[in-house]
Amino acid sequence: MLEYFNFRVIYEYLPLFLTGLKYTFIISLVSLGLALIVGIIASACRISGLKLLAYPVIAYIEVIRSTPLLVQIYFLYFGLPTLGIMVPEIQTGIIALMLNSGAYIAEIIRAGINSVDQGQIEAGLSSGLNYIQRMRFIILPQALGVTVPPLLGQAIVLVKDTALLSLISVMDLTRSGQTMTSERFMPAEAFLTVTFFYMCIYFCLKALADWSQRKLIFREVY
Amino acid sequence: MISFYFGRLVEIFPFFLQGLWMTTKIAFISLAVCTLIGFVLGMIRSSNNIWLKRLIGVYISFARGTPFVVQIFIVFFIFPEWGIQLEPFSAALLAMAIMGSAFICEIVASGIDSIPKGQHEAATSSGLTKFQQLRLVIIPQAMKVIVPPLVGQYVLLIKDTSVVSVIGVMDLTRVGWVTVMRIPEGLMVFALVGVLYFSISYPLILLSNYLEKKMAV
Repeated sequence: MLEYFNFRVIYEYLPLFLTGLKYTFIISLVSLGLALIVGIIASACRISGLKLLAYPVIAYIEVIRSTPLLVQIYFLYFGLPTLGIMVPEIQTGIIALMLNSGAYIAEIIRAGINSVDQGQIEAGLSSGLNYIQRMRFIILPQALGVTVPPLLGQAIVLVKDTALLSLISVMDLTRSGQTMTSERFMPAEAFLTVTFFYMCIYFCLKALADWSQRKLIFREVY
Repeated sequence: MISFYFGRLVEIFPFFLQGLWMTTKIAFISLAVCTLIGFVLGMIRSSNNIWLKRLIGVYISFARGTPFVVQIFIVFFIFPEWGIQLEPFSAALLAMAIMGSAFICEIVASGIDSIPKGQHEAATSSGLTKFQQLRLVIIPQAMKVIVPPLVGQYVLLIKDTSVVSVIGVMDLTRVGWVTVMRIPEGLMVFALVGVLYFSISYPLILLSNYLEKKMAV
């Protein structure tokens, strides 16, 4: 299977793969950061108890969760120009990933906050803490611990999702594989190299997620 | 202008329904195949055979660690180099089966592992064979843990079928993509595509929420 594997071509195309890897990294980091902000705001609106804030957020989350990311990307990519908004592909992609991941992160954060025992909040109330103080000293420290492992899981999903941006011609890791395939017609070399890079990212994030999970269990025991 | 495009969109609506039918077909066939393979692999993964477990572990890492687009490209472009010719439709099904069964395998394995050891021991001491133990004692109990995340996974897999449009399968996403080339109204076209996807996934999301609540009680 691998006897015809052409390592020289891979070496020749290594700069291209590294450029792709760089873009995958940057897009992942930027959209993860933005998605966190969107997720925190959305979950805050949703648990605020104000219907005016909560209902639009619920609609947003449900729409995002029941349509494919690729359709959301195309919606922005083909839709924004018809509104007269011209944004480069890479920004369009980041906005799509931010909105998509933001909805999932909002759900993760909400689940984390809901997991804090009601008795803890009542104890805070009876100690005379106000809303902000209760959030800061009682709810958030406990909720964050529960939230970290699924957030890292979402980060893994996000890195894989950046691959879809290659379809709107963002020069990411997947796109570098496609480019090499079309220039040299060596799909095996191209996509197995791409797979190798994705696996490296995956194992790093997976190790981090497992470690945070173990640490969490450890803290609960003691 | 907008109403003109809207009229044309109504005109070609049957085309969208064809795409919806293709998406449903791919989703239905691949979900059935994924569930079948996923259950078999999940049972093996929760067994005691270390080498088989590790082999399945490698396969799961590949399926979970790489983007689905890359997996589709591997199936569609590399398999022919190794002498396996595939047309887009079967390549799509194969890629879906490879990816989906890995995720379902994980769900099934963790469901089986959640059953207390005592149940296994009781089944062994009743003289049941390994397969009978799983079929009669373990799986029926594990189903309660397996079904809610399984339905959630079905929603994700149905959404992932949109990616098969990249190898030219005429599914809902591809229909939207082709349409937008002729009718330059991206917002309208993909809103319509989104609504059609919503009509399949949302009932399943509600079902999964319901099952999760029912399980928690």
